[in-house]
Amino acid sequence: MVEHGDIRVVHRGGSKINSREPVISSDSRLLLCASGECVKVFSTSTEECIHDLRGHTGLVTGVLLRPSNHLQAYSCSADGTVRLWDFTDGILIKTYAIGYPIYSIHASPNHERVIFIVISTLSEKKSELFQLVAVHLPQSGDRLVEARELSAVLSDVSSNPAAIAFGRGGEYIVSAKGLQLEVYFFKKQKSYRFSLKENNKKGRKNTFTCVASHPQDDCIATGHEDGKIRLWRNFSHKKEYTYSTLHWHHSVVSSLCFTPEGTNLLSGGVESVLVQWRYNQESQKDFLPRLGAAITHIVVSPDGALFCTSHSDNKITIIQSCVKVSAIIQGLVKGESLSTDLMVDPRSKAMVLNGKPGHLQFYSLQRDKLLFNLDIVQQEYIHQSGLQQFEVVKAAFTASGNWLASVEERKQKDAELELNLKLWMFDEQSQSFVLNTTISAPHEARITAMCFCQSTDSQTTMLVSTSKDGHFKAWQLATPAHTEDDGPSWSCDFVGAYHSLVPECCTFSADGSLLAVSFQEVVTVWSPSSWELLTTLSQPPGAIRDLCFGKLSCSKYLVGTTANNLLCCWNLLTCALEWSTSMNTSLLLADPLSENMAAFCPQAGFTDLFVFKPNEPRPLYSHKAVCSGNVTRAVFAPREEMLDSCEESSQWLNHSQLYFLTQCMDLMTFTTKAEEARQMAASKQLVIDDSIAMTPFHLLLGKHRGQQQQQESGQDSLSAERTPLPQGSAAIKELLQTPAHILPSTSFLCSMFVQSLLISVTDSREETKHVEEEMESEKEEDSEEEEIESRAVRPPEMARCGQATETATLTKAQVKELRRVKKLDHGWLSSVLDL
Amino acid sequence: MASYKPTKITVYPKLGEKVTQDTVYWKNYKAPIQIKEFGAVTNINFSPVAPHNFAVTAFTRIHIYGPFSHEPVKSFTRFKDTAYCGRFRSDGQLLVAGCEDSVVRLFDVNGKVALRMYKGHTKAVHVTDFTSDSYQILTGSDDYSCRLWDIPNATELNAYQEHTDYIRCGQHLFSMFDGRVDKSVMTLDHGQPVESLLLYPSEGLLVSAGGRFVKVWDLLKKGQPLVSLKNHHKTVTCLCLSSNGERLLSGSLDRHVKVYNTTSYKVVHNFDYAASILSLALAPNDESIVVGMTNGILNLKHRKNAEESKEISGQQRRRPSYRVFVKGKNYFPKQDDYLVSKPVKQHLAKYDKQLKKFNVSKALDTALEAWTRLKKPEITVAVIKELDRRGTLKNALAGRDEQGLSRLLYFLIGNLFDPRFAPVLVTAAEMILDIYQSVIGQSSVVDRQLLRLQEMLEREIDYQQELLEVLGMLDTVFASSLPRKEVPCSMFSLMIR
Repeated sequence: MVEHGDIRVVHRGGSKINSREPVISSDSRLLLCASGECVKVFSTSTEECIHDLRGHTGLVTGVLLRPSNHLQAYSCSADGTVRLWDFTDGILIKTYAIGYPIYSIHASPNHERVIFIVISTLSEKKSELFQLVAVHLPQSGDRLVEARELSAVLSDVSSNPAAIAFGRGGEYIVSAKGLQLEVYFFKKQKSYRFSLKENNKKGRKNTFTCVASHPQDDCIATGHEDGKIRLWRNFSHKKEYTYSTLHWHHSVVSSLCFTPEGTNLLSGGVESVLVQWRYNQESQKDFLPRLGAAITHIVVSPDGALFCTSHSDNKITIIQSCVKVSAIIQGLVKGESLSTDLMVDPRSKAMVLNGKPGHLQFYSLQRDKLLFNLDIVQQEYIHQSGLQQFEVVKAAFTASGNWLASVEERKQKDAELELNLKLWMFDEQSQSFVLNTTISAPHEARITAMCFCQSTDSQTTMLVSTSKDGHFKAWQLATPAHTEDDGPSWSCDFVGAYHSLVPECCTFSADGSLLAVSFQEVVTVWSPSSWELLTTLSQPPGAIRDLCFGKLSCSKYLVGTTANNLLCCWNLLTCALEWSTSMNTSLLLADPLSENMAAFCPQAGFTDLFVFKPNEPRPLYSHKAVCSGNVTRAVFAPREEMLDSCEESSQWLNHSQLYFLTQCMDLMTFTTKAEEARQMAASKQLVIDDSIAMTPFHLLLGKHRGQQQQQESGQDSLSAERTPLPQGSAAIKELLQTPAHILPSTSFLCSMFVQSLLISVTDSREETKHVEEEMESEKEEDSEEEEIESRAVRPPEMARCGQATETATLTKAQVKELRRVKKLDHGWLSSVLDL
Repeated sequence: MASYKPTKITVYPKLGEKVTQDTVYWKNYKAPIQIKEFGAVTNINFSPVAPHNFAVTAFTRIHIYGPFSHEPVKSFTRFKDTAYCGRFRSDGQLLVAGCEDSVVRLFDVNGKVALRMYKGHTKAVHVTDFTSDSYQILTGSDDYSCRLWDIPNATELNAYQEHTDYIRCGQHLFSMFDGRVDKSVMTLDHGQPVESLLLYPSEGLLVSAGGRFVKVWDLLKKGQPLVSLKNHHKTVTCLCLSSNGERLLSGSLDRHVKVYNTTSYKVVHNFDYAASILSLALAPNDESIVVGMTNGILNLKHRKNAEESKEISGQQRRRPSYRVFVKGKNYFPKQDDYLVSKPVKQHLAKYDKQLKKFNVSKALDTALEAWTRLKKPEITVAVIKELDRRGTLKNALAGRDEQGLSRLLYFLIGNLFDPRFAPVLVTAAEMILDIYQSVIGQSSVVDRQLLRLQEMLEREIDYQQELLEVLGMLDTVFASSLPRKEVPCSMFSLMIR
């Protein structure tokens, strides 16, 4: 640790954004959501992350707009603090230290300077019992404020924030837990409890899952585990309460929300359908189906214009008043299990892993953003719990990224395993993968490993898959015998077996001349050209877990790990064991760009990392306790530009970066200090004016403006001050002020627009342009409407001439040209008028 | 918001031969016309000039048929014994024929009596032909000699005595002669008695047929063998080149005519005939194929003319009023037009619409409709599979009356043993038996079908057992013959499944 102080493990994005319900700002422009240890602020129109609110040291468990100031937001965290932010500028205003882990936060406009938080009942231990307490926030000028003034409101509440809601104007608070609904009236200081029977007649569960209260009426909506929604009324009496039932969902209602006016009730659940019920006319409902994954939270913006649903696949959908999905913010999807390995797409350099059920996700490591999902299964996904679905279990890329192989499987209770091997070809035209061959039932049992021949110079592309049925199969791309057929397809080339043992892993050497397949404790080496068994290597006891061929200068070595805590390195020239060490390796992987290999070794609850070269049994770099728990998946992602670190310990990071997933599915990576410093510098340059939505046009214009400002003042415009007046060039003015319907096509304008951005030299051509101008003025008299148009355009132009003479003269000629273009274009209009 | 993804209908690979352009071309012939001749048809020759009559040599006669007539236009019967090798001259005016009685006769196509008789051979003349300058005749005889005759004078110009066996077309060894020299230019060894020879129009390649082989020789490289084709399993008797020279046809005693691609020398098509084939000819432009067989039957196949083939494609087009829907579709927006695109409506099949609404029983009913069930069983199977995936197959199968159940069982009986469908349908069959256990015995129709299903199952099990035995035998054969190679046993097990 000490000697490699400059390399450290950092958390690299991909955290959950759907753990808590998001918050929409009062002007519906920004969306705040808790994501790991920070709060992310997204733009609702462009889906881009504007900034992170960093400061918490624990998991953020709730975000809330401050009722008294709509430009500020509270966030609470498991680290025991509540922080107040100015979220538009990303400034931390205040930190209130509570001292206990906070599970959720609530507030109402009726209660000034008081927030309600959920903490566990026993202060020290983690317990299953939670209580709702009111915290009086002391007024003080300090940044860090101790807020120890807690008063219990309700005991025994659910830790789920959806199960607590404030009633009309904050007069009462509703909490549901298990089979009990509790309403606490602040004025009367009295609480009422209502409970349901555990099961109704049909054996359906009545457990409460979420509550929402009507903003104007005394009405509480509760969602239940059996899919029912109950509307409670008259609950200020212990006995005379009433409820009505709405039933559409077939399984758990996970979120309920009233619109701000109280006219509609929104509900969602596993079905991934957003249901909109009319309040008081519950038979009328609207649906927004196929939102992709189970709905976990529903939020409505304070003005009611936007709905926002967060989904179980780490996605936030922004919906315009329940008719149209307008934006999707998608994080890294983490299913229950990561069945495919982590891979890097050689083309897009994106990390690839299985995401949504039946999809492969392409995740950009640089931008921390999901690029796209590739639908592998291509079947309608049935949103129903307990249903066996097709899962993508294996995937592999060729070295060039032209081919993708994927395996999907579906295991049923009694029937046999359904397996499909699909091969996808990259289509240059559509820039995506297109299904080329589907092989149903490629093996009789589960596929254990799959790899492509990685050599780039070989004529044929080959894929090898190993299966639990004791065979490994080689698949080859074959061009069809008849030229009439549509392109090449894949077929089985060879079926191999070794003493009816089960093959576990397979790997090709870098030049594609050798294939190593491990059969329990035996490694068999085959020649893919003739399918001859060349040699067998083994180091019993202990089955082989991982196999890697050395690269570049170490290509004569084959490294393997066994279940019996051995790391072995065989020399393929002598077919003998070169060296072996005793270490319990859970994961071994080779850097595709260098000789280095990385081994993750779990030890006493932590995982250590060793980086070594196969030619010597000495680690180049070791890192104790990379993370707690076992590292199951890791990948070397090639860098876009090589680092030039010459320190021995960090040299292994020069070519590629090592990413790994911890047990709790956090994506981590190793960085050096130099790299971090560089990234910091890069991110500073990227600070943009956040108050404007980031459209491409804005980026273009903004750049232009910046240029002009520099020209005029000659000052360094690093400070992000706003320019007082947009002073675009004449061409841009023309572009913006002319009504859209009379503008010529963009292809005309584009070249002009680009030219206007260039710094041109005033020259003698000016003279000739004037002549042209005169000729044009003659033409102008031809039609009346043209005259009007050009007149409408002229005044701002004139005004500008005085203001910024330089730019105006530069682009005068272009303005003329533009006008000429307009004239040419609208001859048709006059002919229409003549008719 | 993603749209509904329709049920995936699995496309199964088509078994049997693939439809290529060659098969389309060579299948485009009408039903054959059979004409009974007096004896085995030994030779067929087309006249090179229109209307492309053809001479058929059979027993003691030579018949000339018109291109479309099924009766001989003309016949030459003045042979004392079996006639051989009736051939037209390149202008189609003269016809030469050999005979068992060693006399070579030259006929005018319009006359009846022989114009000239060439006497000189001592034994039966099997081969006769005109030389390319069409003033001379070449003959080959069983007396081991070849002779060159002048047509007008009926004199023997040259005799080649180098052969050591009957000349039937060439022989065990066949030789190339130059008319100007009286010695063989080239001698090629075919290995078996040569039955037929064919010179390419370019005169660069020579094809010989003998035994089971067809061999191609490159004459420009001093008779180097180019390729040897072994696609027949009996003696190849005749050869023929298609009109464009791109396909080679060979007829054999094994009753097949094979069509080869002359660039790759692969078989691209195959015709089957009723008897062993002795002679074969193609009309110019491949208008008809004429095949003569040992049983004396002449088989004529005429090409379907363009109108007829168009008629068929017209029938395939289902909606003649399609034009109505295309109206305005061929209008392309101009450069400056703003295109307001119409939302594309997703077309869903009926069962998909019902599946979308979770109407599982109705979807299964739709998939079991008579047309789908009989013509496209893969759709029915795909719907059953989809229902199974959704976990609602049981609901869809349950609650059917006698008619509905018998329809299901009928489908099962028809398709359960198809290896492509078996994995899906076995699950469904088990479910049906579970659900309708209680009503067995109430309907005679259902009971009869269940018994039939049982019977077929038993038969299938027996069959599987036999196949496993064969597999065991094959394994031993492979194990003994290939000691070092891996046995690809999974391939066999796949075949059996």
